[in-house]
Amino acid sequence: MSVKPVAHAHEGAKFLEEKAHYHFHDERLWDVRQKRDQEMHILPEWQELRQKASEIKEHTLANLPEYLEQFEKNAKANGIYVHWARDGEEHNRLVNEILQSHHAKSLIKSKSMITDECEMREYLEPQGITVTETDLGERIQQLDNQLPSHVVLPAVQKLTGDVAALFAKHYNTDPNDNDPHSLTEAQRQAARPIILNADAGMTGGNFLVAETGSFVVCTNEGNADLSANVTGLHIATLGIERIVPRMSDLGVFIRLLSRSALGSPITQYTTHFRKPKKNGEMHIILVDNGRSDRLAMDDFWSSLKCIRCGACMNTCPVYRRSGGQSYGAVYSGPIGAIIDPTFNKTKYSTLPFASTLNGSCTNVCPVKINIHEQIFKWRRVLVEEHEIPFVKKEIMKMAGRLLASPRLYRAAIKGTNVALSTMPRFILYNYLNPWGKHRELPHPVKQTFNSWYRQNRLKSAQKQSEKGGQVQ
Amino acid sequence: MKVGLFIPCYMDAFFPNAAIATLELLEKLGQDVYYPLDQTCCGQPMSNSGCNKDAHDTEELFIKNFSDCDVIVGPTGSCVHHIRDNFDAIEQTSEVKHVRQNTYELVEFIHDILKVREFPWAEFPHKVGIHNSCATLRSLRTASMSELGEPFFSKPKTLLSAVKGISFAQPQRPDECCGFGGTYSVTEEAISAQMGLDKVRDHHDAGADYIVSADTSCMMHQQGCAERNNVNIKFIHIAEILNGARS
Ligand code: SF4
Repeated sequence: MSVKPVAHAHEGAKFLEEKAHYHFHDERLWDVRQKRDQEMHILPEWQELRQKASEIKEHTLANLPEYLEQFEKNAKANGIYVHWARDGEEHNRLVNEILQSHHAKSLIKSKSMITDECEMREYLEPQGITVTETDLGERIQQLDNQLPSHVVLPAVQKLTGDVAALFAKHYNTDPNDNDPHSLTEAQRQAARPIILNADAGMTGGNFLVAETGSFVVCTNEGNADLSANVTGLHIATLGIERIVPRMSDLGVFIRLLSRSALGSPITQYTTHFRKPKKNGEMHIILVDNGRSDRLAMDDFWSSLKCIRCGACMNTCPVYRRSGGQSYGAVYSGPIGAIIDPTFNKTKYSTLPFASTLNGSCTNVCPVKINIHEQIFKWRRVLVEEHEIPFVKKEIMKMAGRLLASPRLYRAAIKGTNVALSTMPRFILYNYLNPWGKHRELPHPVKQTFNSWYRQNRLKSAQKQSEKGGQVQ
Repeated sequence: MKVGLFIPCYMDAFFPNAAIATLELLEKLGQDVYYPLDQTCCGQPMSNSGCNKDAHDTEELFIKNFSDCDVIVGPTGSCVHHIRDNFDAIEQTSEVKHVRQNTYELVEFIHDILKVREFPWAEFPHKVGIHNSCATLRSLRTASMSELGEPFFSKPKTLLSAVKGISFAQPQRPDECCGFGGTYSVTEEAISAQMGLDKVRDHHDAGADYIVSADTSCMMHQQGCAERNNVNIKFIHIAEILNGARS
């Protein structure tokens, strides 16, 4: 099956055309970024915390098998069932088995992008199981049949009017009532019966603690607590990289997570789960799905430090303008651009090019992932592995040849006394044609600097051969 | 000290006045400036788009041109960033290392190496907004970065503050990328141009008459966005102001 690369540029341009959406999206996320900055200024130890978080994660990743085994042992001792899933398929099968053994037909679920990564819903629904998101943003995305747009604010690309229209369609509400409060209320009214009548609950999780065999879920809506508690069956799905060694490490991460994500000091609900409730059952599925492979990649393993705060998205000028949907992936924005290609090199080959390499993402990342440097490295890898279009490669080959030859280069820019009236074709040949679509071309000048220099500064211009020796 | 002058391709072709100002300024500051006529480019366009192998010969040419200089100065931050941080398509001989370690962006050369703080000939009675290209800001670190919460510093502002009559406009998002990004400006031209427009509007709304930068590539892009959308703002390279341009 041939896979088409995600058309990020095209999708992003489409998003831009919806002016109201674009402005709201950009402003909203910039606001979050500014709130994050304020929180950073309040904590003088901010950089120390980042350093610490990064070190803990690096240490953990370097000793991942040991910590995972320790976790498994302790979790089992707490009465939790621990499962391992090599890939999405295995994960989905496990979930299905657990649900079937309880004759569970309806599953309520609180934000866990890893189930999107595994395409769990697509797998379970044909088995007769309904899956309902309990997080407001996730539910909106689910009703609209879209992937989350942002790791923390899944529906941030939508205006309240869009939500009103969507709810009118699904919940029979008034399409003209786009007051956020009544929309939230509509969701609550629609969701409560589903939640209260569910057969099983599922959550993701932010941290696994090896020392205690427990895990932590952070939400702002409290919906994870509902998903975990209204039924007797709680399934938690987490990536293996979510682990930290000790309970005491959590202080570092919990302090960084919400401040980086939303600029709030802590998530509203930070819940520790240690054992099943009385007469209940708790299952944890630890998912690999390519993570071990990534851990073995010299240039990209440190992306596993990610705690999914979304700060890199909020600060990313490209993400803010193109919207999360344009990445065509479960994980969007800068972090998506470096982890998505590890899932599928062809499909996500365009994402590392959807960046100006400005580096702001690296600076905000609470666990100090060198995001923009990894984006840069991915470009080289993708070129080496022939994952970029032939034309683009050929143009670069030509550009390389041209720029390596002063004679060809001078000829190309007609750089003597002739006005430059064409595009800087000498840099990228016709590759630069799209330049003028939304921008004016640079102004022609009478003379290049090089030619000016030859004319005005060379003491013995005649002696200077046309090839241009190096003359003072 | 033999100072090699590196004028990158864009600047050579579209901003010769900024290049002339750079040369004259360095001479005013007493430097022995040498301009190798056979120079073209630093290899960044190829390297930046992942085609590092195609940068090989261009990098080789760059070394041939500049290896006998004590320092190399380029009035263009992103090229200097490339040379310093990513110039590795060719074998890293001691010659190559010498060039990479001794290449400076103009502002940092004047600020850090020459340590000049006075430009008595310069007067610029206008309000300017400073554009730090992302490469100069976050890779060469010529100014403090808002994301890190570090104490404020700005090498370009320190130098410009010595110019008579100048005043500064402060945009709302001083560190935001303008969207140029080398080949990015073409591969994602719509988003790139929107970023450029947002950037020039931010400066314009802050009251800037001019955007001043040490990076011509960002200026070429921003100027294109401003003109297409009729944002009334002018552009000038920092070398021109420091060299004494009035407007
Ligand atoms: S890469 Fe860093 S900034 Fe981005 S989501 Fe992950 S932890 Fe947050």
